[in-house]
Amino acid sequence: MTENARQRPEFRNINAISDLPNYRLPAAGWVSILHRVSGALMFLLMPFIIWMFDTSITSEISFASFSATFNAGIGFVPGWFMKLVALAIIWAYLHHFIAGIRHLYMDTFHAVTKEFGKSSAVATLVLSLGLTVILAAKLFGLY
Amino acid sequence: MSVNYGSKRITTGARYGLRDWLAQRITAALMAAFTLLVLVQFIFTSGPVGYEQWAGIFAAQWMKFLTFVTILSLLYHAWIGIRDIWMDYIKPLGLRLFLHVASLIWLIGCAGWAVQALWRL
Repeated sequence: MTENARQRPEFRNINAISDLPNYRLPAAGWVSILHRVSGALMFLLMPFIIWMFDTSITSEISFASFSATFNAGIGFVPGWFMKLVALAIIWAYLHHFIAGIRHLYMDTFHAVTKEFGKSSAVATLVLSLGLTVILAAKLFGLY
Repeated sequence: MSVNYGSKRITTGARYGLRDWLAQRITAALMAAFTLLVLVQFIFTSGPVGYEQWAGIFAAQWMKFLTFVTILSLLYHAWIGIRDIWMDYIKPLGLRLFLHVASLIWLIGCAGWAVQALWRL
């Protein structure tokens, strides 16, 4: 018995390369880590977001160069790549927004059952990814 | 984690857990409401949205007031979130303090830029 207890594996230090790919997260786990990833992404891309805000509202001329950035590109960066970056921000905002609403709802109504955790997590992922696909189609001119 | 006082005090911790937890949620609610407000104005613009319509959304004084509040909410919200990430993954105190300071410089600088763009309008 003591022998068994001694041999039980311990996972105190998670190795990002060898352990993380083997993790099988439930839907709520995916929502949670993606909430963090999307927040960090928006934090890192904040200057780009403010640049978009700045150039799009400052003047008619800057608005035109804002549009041109996503069509003709800027410098050596092609327009489609800028659209991809904008799409990454769109996804991050949608996921963070919807997962945040889920958080607020759970806090306000004490909605902490296992079933609600799972169903709301699946709804969050479906909504955020679905809306991202719809807006991606719009962004790349499919409709 | 047993001793957290005197010379062992962790100076890069959160300290005010409940206040930050609450601030995180209040700032989130403010930003969510602002998002819907901009979205509604965007959707109910008649015709294609060009520069006039887009800049017009932010030009009204009451919208500048609310946009300013949103920028400050974002600053505080992002600070709490990013600080949580550093506190979870970065254990060496010196490196963590450096990242805290770097994040603050990044966020305050960005907030200043956003306010400048807003107030030029």
